[in-house]
Amino acid sequence: MTKLNSKIPEGLIKDKWANYKAHQNLVNPANKRKLDVIIVGTGLAGGAAAASLAELGFKVKNFCYQDSPRRAHSIAAQGGINAAKNYPNDGDTVYRLFYDTIKGGDYRAREANVYRLAEVSNDIIDQATAQGVPFAREYGGLLDNRSFGGALVSRTFYARGQTGQQLLLGAYSALSRQIGLGNVEMYNRTELMDIVIVDGRARGIVTRNLITGKIESHFAHAVVLGTGGYVNTYFLSTNAMGSNGSASWKAYKKGAFFANPSFVQIHPTAIPQHGDFQSKLTLMSESLRNDGRIWVPAKIEDAKAIREGKLHPNDITDENRDFYLERRYPAFGNLVPRDVAARAAKERTDAGFGIESNPTGEGVYLDFKYAIERLGKDVIEARYGNLFQMYEKITDENPYENPMKIFPALHYAMGGTWVDYELQTTIPGLFSIGEANFSDHGANRLGASALMQGLADGYFVLPYTIQNYLAYEINNPRLDPKEHKEFQDAENDVKSHIDKLMNIKGNTTVDTIHKKLGKVMWNKVGMARSEKGLKEAITEIQQIKKDFWSDVKIPGEVNTLNVELEKANRVADFIEIGELMARDALDRNESCGGHFRLEHITEDGEALRRDDKYMYVSAWEYKGENTEPELHKEELKYEAIEVKTRNYKTA
Amino acid sequence: MASKTINIKVKVWRQKDSNTKGNFETYELSDISTDSSFLEMMDVMNENLVEEGKDPVAFDHDCREGICGMCSLFINGHAHGPDTLITTCQLHMRKFTDGQTITIEPWRVGSFPVIKDLMVDRTAYEQIMQSGGFVSINTGGVPDANAIPIPKEDSDEAMDAASCIGCGACVATCKNSSAMLFVAAKVSQLALLPQGKIEGAKRAKNMIAKMDELGFGNCSNTGACEMECPKGISLAHIARLNREFLVANVKG
Amino acid sequence: MSVSGLFLIVFLAVHLVANIFLLVSPDAFNISAHFMGTNPIIQIMQPLLGAGFLLHIIYSFIIQLQNWKSRPVKYNKVDQKESSTWASRNMIWLGLVVFGFLTIHVINFFWVVKFGHMEHVIIDGVKMEDSYTLVVSLFTDGVLGYVYSSIYIISFIALGLHLHHALWSAFQTIGFSNDAWRKRLTVVGDIYAIVIAAGFTIIPLYFLLF
Repeated sequence: MTKLNSKIPEGLIKDKWANYKAHQNLVNPANKRKLDVIIVGTGLAGGAAAASLAELGFKVKNFCYQDSPRRAHSIAAQGGINAAKNYPNDGDTVYRLFYDTIKGGDYRAREANVYRLAEVSNDIIDQATAQGVPFAREYGGLLDNRSFGGALVSRTFYARGQTGQQLLLGAYSALSRQIGLGNVEMYNRTELMDIVIVDGRARGIVTRNLITGKIESHFAHAVVLGTGGYVNTYFLSTNAMGSNGSASWKAYKKGAFFANPSFVQIHPTAIPQHGDFQSKLTLMSESLRNDGRIWVPAKIEDAKAIREGKLHPNDITDENRDFYLERRYPAFGNLVPRDVAARAAKERTDAGFGIESNPTGEGVYLDFKYAIERLGKDVIEARYGNLFQMYEKITDENPYENPMKIFPALHYAMGGTWVDYELQTTIPGLFSIGEANFSDHGANRLGASALMQGLADGYFVLPYTIQNYLAYEINNPRLDPKEHKEFQDAENDVKSHIDKLMNIKGNTTVDTIHKKLGKVMWNKVGMARSEKGLKEAITEIQQIKKDFWSDVKIPGEVNTLNVELEKANRVADFIEIGELMARDALDRNESCGGHFRLEHITEDGEALRRDDKYMYVSAWEYKGENTEPELHKEELKYEAIEVKTRNYKTA
Repeated sequence: MASKTINIKVKVWRQKDSNTKGNFETYELSDISTDSSFLEMMDVMNENLVEEGKDPVAFDHDCREGICGMCSLFINGHAHGPDTLITTCQLHMRKFTDGQTITIEPWRVGSFPVIKDLMVDRTAYEQIMQSGGFVSINTGGVPDANAIPIPKEDSDEAMDAASCIGCGACVATCKNSSAMLFVAAKVSQLALLPQGKIEGAKRAKNMIAKMDELGFGNCSNTGACEMECPKGISLAHIARLNREFLVANVKG
Repeated sequence: MSVSGLFLIVFLAVHLVANIFLLVSPDAFNISAHFMGTNPIIQIMQPLLGAGFLLHIIYSFIIQLQNWKSRPVKYNKVDQKESSTWASRNMIWLGLVVFGFLTIHVINFFWVVKFGHMEHVIIDGVKMEDSYTLVVSLFTDGVLGYVYSSIYIISFIALGLHLHHALWSAFQTIGFSNDAWRKRLTVVGDIYAIVIAAGFTIIPLYFLLF
């Protein structure tokens, strides 16, 4: 078994990052010009890293599959970004943010990384403000905060319901400046196809130009993946249509361990599904839970009448409404963490109290009636106007007058490429940042922490830690991909992979297969998992894989824009990711955070952790096409924090 | 909301690549749910085409929740179709009637050449942004976020401008293919904030020069851009851009 | 466009005031015309006005060509009924109508007054051109008078529509507008457009009908 070295620096938790920076290697300005860094992805993590490294003087090549770096899916984050500024004077500290994040992640995250995240959180707010990000302000001209799930303080900075957009546009503006200055070479509409390893180190990537179909190689002294998460494995999710796990998966197949794949977040408040033709789910920001109250009818016959369209929710009196989050979790109420809220919704709908008239009755109410009575419609409109408008456009119902219908949806991957304290994978020279890595959120991510982590990695962590690696690269000249076998082999592998796909010429469309995979994932590797279901899932996914490779239908040509081919490339990987997720979920015979095993629940239906056996990060190593992957365990040690059972019932 | 289904005809622009001449093709679709989104209707159309072994219609889309700015269809004479304050992906089929013919065209802008079918190349926007759409600061070494108080009104107005998603609907709609609303949104956002004011004049000048160089048309204030903008960005931002530009030129 | 346009907007007001004297009495109009013809400030303004027109017209052609060029392939279907006014989309055509009239106008009046043969009258001991007769004869010269009057009226309706978009638009272009001022300037622009169009149109109607 390979020993995983997480390279956590010595010292007390509060001194580790300072110690690391004080003793790490740096690259002198003259040498920075000689070093190339490839960054794949232009979201908060990738975009921020590309801009920051270019500002330092490195030569950066940045890639994205969209037509512009500004389209990365970070842009869709609505609610906000956490920081321990304590501007509201309500008792926040770096330690408390660290503590809440570890606790929210159900004690499955690495302490040192999370503490560093909390430490740099404040710098992010300063940086974004300096870039011209228009965060919400008070009348006195200072920044405003709102509350988010899993915290007793207000530490969330926001820009209306478009915080992700504004932060991404901030990073994008910094990136644009560096592109304009010639320090970043930008490749739009270009997808990563493989990672090139030379002498055991990541030395470049192979890409496909999505317009011309051209396969090309690019060299760099280090490669960084900021390619986001893989929850589109479920077909329906809140991710963008193009979001995919392929970059991380290619890295896995080249030797980077994949950590905690089964840890995915199901967000409690998305608009419920309404039909088979549905292509994606739309999120309603967690911030809505600040003022909205979640309920289902208390009487099962009322729920049935609503589903059948015989009863209107506004006709149900308060005593006949079950505000189940407030009932079950008096201390946190509607602001419990996401996994808890999502599961509670599932518990109610499974019991027959769901209100949506879709086949599964999957839906609960999020009601603003009380907030409008208390604060007035104007205040609610100012806070959530754009979200309400979006809701009305999609559902054709006015949420000021009727309660919103919501239901949990796949949203975020806490799991991802395994990285050490330096954000380096098990392949030297290959780094992974943002949602693509696994490090900070444990088994459940708190709201407003994804933006924080993406930007922390991109602006303030990677630009330091990558230099500790690059300092040893200053004597390595640039390689010409045309003259190196490793690049040529990788290109040929990619071409034959594509040819293989194109030559299947089967009868089933890519989407049909993807939807089939999604159903298995949602039903058996979703919000409630069991040994039996997971074993079935693995068998079924293996069958889907066979079907895919024997019957997928991809029209069109290789050397041109071919959307079906792009999708097929991604779905081929989703199928394999899905299998590893099921495998990981099966191995983790406990419940924790978003991973809920039916065999391990407390008497009142909460997740039951098994710290004695499973307080580890599972890191999977690829062993070949038809061999089972090998599990490596990184033991988690909590020194600065006392491990407890999560409790959101009392403060 | 009663869900029903409709039968429609879709007249779509097909063009193999940027060098080939294109033409319209008409496809018939039946039993489209009025609750489905416009792009889900396009998905159904493409699934049909793929099953017939034909090349599906290429169109840009990604987040499908109205924020990434990727989707860009000109539907029945309107950028993003016949509804206000939405992107194409937020348009729903309940806006159409049974038996209707829907004409779908790509953005028709010289500076946004067609890549394939309904997909256009908007890198001209990237170049405009690179010419000045930023505050020239590096990562780190910035003051505390609360060091400079900013009036809430200014900050809110900056946010109005900043909500631009860069989709290009303004240019697509403008009879002159002018990119003024896009440029104005960025310039105005930063001009309203003390952080951005410092290089405001230079920014306005550089971005306008780049816009002209790239062959976008001139603004004649018809206001169509504002009406078709999915984010409702006001012409007042163009006025501010004009002010900034004027001041920049007076200052020299 | 905006600066020359605003300049021309001011000129139109002055011109209308001068013309309104036609309705007062022949002498009043002749005095005003004489004043226009001799006042040193007006004399200085005259070439400037010409330059203003030229600038406005030439520049409009240049940017119109640029605008056409920026969309080489046209849409099959465009619907802008609700997103913009008809006038704002057709400024070049409305402008062309006005330009056509302007050509006739310059030949008929300006040229005649400056270089042609004019009858003279003596008012209060001052000898001056009988502009009044020149104007009235054009409107009332039988069938030709009707034709001329129709052209005149159509042109001023076009000018009115042109102005309907012009005033606010000009202020917007020089940066003097925001959400509040836009409303005010649009109202002012509409009133101004109506006053100019109606003011000039009344004149031929007056001579034709009374």
